[in-house]
Amino acid sequence: MPPDHLLRALTPQVLGALIRRFRDFAAAEDAVQEALLAAAVQWPRDGAPDNPCAWLTQVAVRRLTDHVRSESARRRRESEFTLELNQLSPGVDTEAPPGEDDTLILLFMCCHPALTQSSAIALTLRAIGGLTTAEIASAFLVPEATMAQRISRAKQSIKSSGVPFRLPDAGERAHRLQAVLHVLYLIFNEGYTTSAGPRLQRLELSTEAIRLARCVHNLLPNNTEVAGLLALMLLTDARRAARTGPDGELIPLTKQDRALWDRAEISEGVALLSDTLPRGSIGPYQLQAAIAAVHDEAARVEDTDWPQILALYDLLKRMSDNPMVILNHAIAAAMVHGPSKGLALLAPLDDDPRLAGHHRLDAVRAHLLEMAGDRQAAITHYRIAATRTISLPERNYLVAQAARLSALTPSPH
Amino acid sequence: MKYILMMNTMKAGQGMPNWPQQDLQAHIAFMMRLNQDLSASGEFVAAEGLSFPDQARLVRAGRDGTPITDGVFPEGKEFLAGYWIVDVDSPERAYAIAARASAAPGPGGNPLNMPIEVRPIMCGPPPDML
Repeated sequence: MPPDHLLRALTPQVLGALIRRFRDFAAAEDAVQEALLAAAVQWPRDGAPDNPCAWLTQVAVRRLTDHVRSESARRRRESEFTLELNQLSPGVDTEAPPGEDDTLILLFMCCHPALTQSSAIALTLRAIGGLTTAEIASAFLVPEATMAQRISRAKQSIKSSGVPFRLPDAGERAHRLQAVLHVLYLIFNEGYTTSAGPRLQRLELSTEAIRLARCVHNLLPNNTEVAGLLALMLLTDARRAARTGPDGELIPLTKQDRALWDRAEISEGVALLSDTLPRGSIGPYQLQAAIAAVHDEAARVEDTDWPQILALYDLLKRMSDNPMVILNHAIAAAMVHGPSKGLALLAPLDDDPRLAGHHRLDAVRAHLLEMAGDRQAAITHYRIAATRTISLPERNYLVAQAARLSALTPSPH
Repeated sequence: MKYILMMNTMKAGQGMPNWPQQDLQAHIAFMMRLNQDLSASGEFVAAEGLSFPDQARLVRAGRDGTPITDGVFPEGKEFLAGYWIVDVDSPERAYAIAARASAAPGPGGNPLNMPIEVRPIMCGPPPDML
């Protein structure tokens, strides 16, 4: 493993071990940063230690202890603090070595439901991903100072909420794991949904999300939803090279050059699914991954197994009340039973407050109307959708659809 | 989600050059405090104040592509005085920030209640389209 990757992989374990002992997220993180810095200087010179994790922990503990001591010297008269110091700094070798549990506990902490989504994302990338504040700031296109504040507020929220540094009990764990998976999923999507100038996709965040999901999968290999999320990311990411044209324009799934899809990622995603699906409990991430797999396994768009996709959306619809799932279900139904069936499924959604005025409803309706041969109505809905979306590539795509149909329609003059 | 908050002044600078020193200072302090608070909450992306409209020029390309500039336009009703770009969790939060900026103190310390246009900044493609 290259030293940089090794250091990043060890960061959460060392950080977790320090927080477990010192209970101070911010101070622990500073100490870990100093230890990483020391490693970057010393390892290339003296060679990497036999046990890099223990080395880093030892250096970080020493830095943190020094820090607490100098604080304490400054406030010498506060005997209580000195007492605390004595309790907090036992010999390094008397403590349990940092284990993988520490990474998991840290992850639960960073994705704690008490944090806002943006805070949880930033803190996870910082503490578990080992990214620098500058790297995270640049990925989210905000100034570094803003991201630094976001991270420090997140740590403060954790401190004030008094989240204990231990694994949540069995009853709580499933709920907390949901929050973790959701944060990883948001990081993955962030890689696609924030525009970074001319580039449509930001490699770094999607890749980072896959790395984190892989890490959680290694920690919890028997959890089928963790495997499902990792599979979903791989099966989606596999289409990355085919998603954009030469000028950075969006190419929808049906128009992509499938030769550009990453076969290795598809195989890995499919293998993960084949391993978990027979094991019983099926969750939304596995279902979404299964749908992505059906698309990925079709050599040509016309080979897509729509009845199977429809069946999977049927299951997903029963499991989640997400309006986007209902929209995708309608598309699948149209592909199997014809556009009028899909349009009929869309009709009740006009009264759904979550979709009222939402561009995706118009975009899907336009698509189904086009399938049904109602060109004029399709143009109208493509245009409405185009005025409502806040996604630039999607707006360009929708405007182009309307223009394409208009060119086919004889002008009334 | 990123939003741009565009602050419009009614008349050229809302008569700002004629404000008493103390009102001017209160206004500037208010704006600085707002920016500090946005930085502290991790929502600040960018903010700039613009020159008074006297410095504005309307530019169009001439036939050979050379710029043709137009002068000042005192008849204009509204001028963009400045903008913020914020990164927030909800549109409601962007509106709340805009409302706070709108109430910046003017002459006599009274809120200006300037109109502030809030618009989402376009983002990349939605993941489920891909």
